[in-house]
Amino acid sequence: MNVMDFLPAAPEMTLLGLICVVLIADLFVDDDKRVVTFWLTMVSLAVTFWVLLTTAPAETTVVFHGAYVSDAMSQAMKLAIVGFVAVVFLYSRDYLRSNDLHKGEFYVLGLFGLLGMMIMVSAQNMLSMYLGLETLALSQYALVAFDRNNSNSAEAAMKYFVLGAIASGALLYGISWVYGVTGTLEFAAMAGAIAADPAMNSLPLWFGLAFLVVGIAFKFGAVPFHMWLPDVYEGARSPVTLYIASAPKVAALALLLRILVDGLGVVHDTWADMIMVLAVLSLLVGNVVAIAQSNIKRMLGYSTIAHVGFILLAVFCGTPKGNAAALFYTLTYVVATLGAFGIIILLSRRGYDAELLSDFKGLNQRSPWTAFMMMLIMLSLAGIPPLVGFFGKLNVIDAVLSSGYTGLAILMVLASVVGAYYYLRVIWYMYFEENEDQAVLQAATDTRVVLSLNAVAVLALGVVPGWLWALCVSVLS
Amino acid sequence: MIGLQHYLLISALLFVLSIAGIILNRRNLILMLMCIELMLLAVNFNFIAFSRYLGDETGQVFVFFILTVAAAEAAIGLAILVVLFRNRRSINVQELNEMKG
Repeated sequence: MNVMDFLPAAPEMTLLGLICVVLIADLFVDDDKRVVTFWLTMVSLAVTFWVLLTTAPAETTVVFHGAYVSDAMSQAMKLAIVGFVAVVFLYSRDYLRSNDLHKGEFYVLGLFGLLGMMIMVSAQNMLSMYLGLETLALSQYALVAFDRNNSNSAEAAMKYFVLGAIASGALLYGISWVYGVTGTLEFAAMAGAIAADPAMNSLPLWFGLAFLVVGIAFKFGAVPFHMWLPDVYEGARSPVTLYIASAPKVAALALLLRILVDGLGVVHDTWADMIMVLAVLSLLVGNVVAIAQSNIKRMLGYSTIAHVGFILLAVFCGTPKGNAAALFYTLTYVVATLGAFGIIILLSRRGYDAELLSDFKGLNQRSPWTAFMMMLIMLSLAGIPPLVGFFGKLNVIDAVLSSGYTGLAILMVLASVVGAYYYLRVIWYMYFEENEDQAVLQAATDTRVVLSLNAVAVLALGVVPGWLWALCVSVLS
Repeated sequence: MIGLQHYLLISALLFVLSIAGIILNRRNLILMLMCIELMLLAVNFNFIAFSRYLGDETGQVFVFFILTVAAAEAAIGLAILVVLFRNRRSINVQELNEMKG
């Protein structure tokens, strides 16, 4: 064994080292110069990104005795996650500063969560998957409770913690049964063991799979395991909601693809029905309940649940096309979500959070460009062409249709039509309602530029979606 | 003769007991944290039983990791509990209802 064998894990090791540097350096930074920590964090992310690009092995490499894999999927997902987290930090900086919450903990916890996500994406056995998941989850619990004097944040953190711990427990219980049946924790060996002995696909494996699916559904926020999601979105401060709503969705998809497709893809028929029920319920409940919300963060929480339904249905197909559609959908959904919460943060100022739908009234008069960006993002989330959300939905429906589930495809179209209502309502408020609040929106130049690029990306990816789709197909083939 | 199925049964009982504890307990959050620990211990029991049965040590290694993570999880859980108590002066489960919809 030579030290170069660990090279595929260099991005994680680099990131861990840099987190320690940020953590210690932050101790010596005064409160009014906290922006130093921010830039150190950004440099850490840039270095991690560079290491990811330069050390990637040309072909799939498994290291650490089958615990860690570096392949095209992990590479693509990690680059995306690092980029998403950098955008989250940039959007959050001014909000945190103006609300006296600009502390190093936010960045350090965010970076630790990023480390957990990267480990999840590269996990090749159940143990590394579990450790990555917990690294992410524990950072998120702490982030939600980050504003210590906010009663709602504390309540949201407690709910998130209890339900997240139950999810981990269910996932572990499922893992223990799958381990008992197949005798291994490694995904590849698991698939091989079941393929070699079809008698393993019996009641005990089904039992373990049921718990695994429950655990995954909790982490994704699929109905009926979604109770935490709207409360956490509403209760957490907006930058934390932005963090939770963005990059971890990609990691959750990796959890799903690694365990259910790489590890247990050979028993696709056993878990497909469970995933389908969760997905259909998520589509219906998410879209219908979102209509009744007056808090936009809560509304976007229910909209997340509906989008999770789409992602699950894409994976439900069990075809490479379906998996690619899930990846395309997740990546483009996260881009749109970043923009939506970025604008919510932009509208907030000291002591005032733009949390209610009515806070968006008359936005067009205050800032036409912000209103236009929000319109692009809402239309994309609703799935209206030529925005990228439309192609995400189209790819999923195409994959479902080519697997022969016409009924499900019709249901997805109907659910999207219902969902369009609450997105269009935001646009109605911005353009056709009046608001006495005429405060000028203030934001730093870099935030404005990135936010504009983000909204333009939603349009540009929709006009030329081909390259991203080709990328998603190639990394999952 | 005590076989694998007895261990699995005990572990399943502990798991169900912990879930029931979380659902039925409407008063104290500390009890909820204890139930979460019990749940993880039930999983550990399962892993050790399977590991012994299969003659494969990886299951026991997994148990060490679960124990470590459970300690970290308890620390975070108690920290959130303290934050909640400072804000609300109560750790009653039924009072966790300010957000609805």
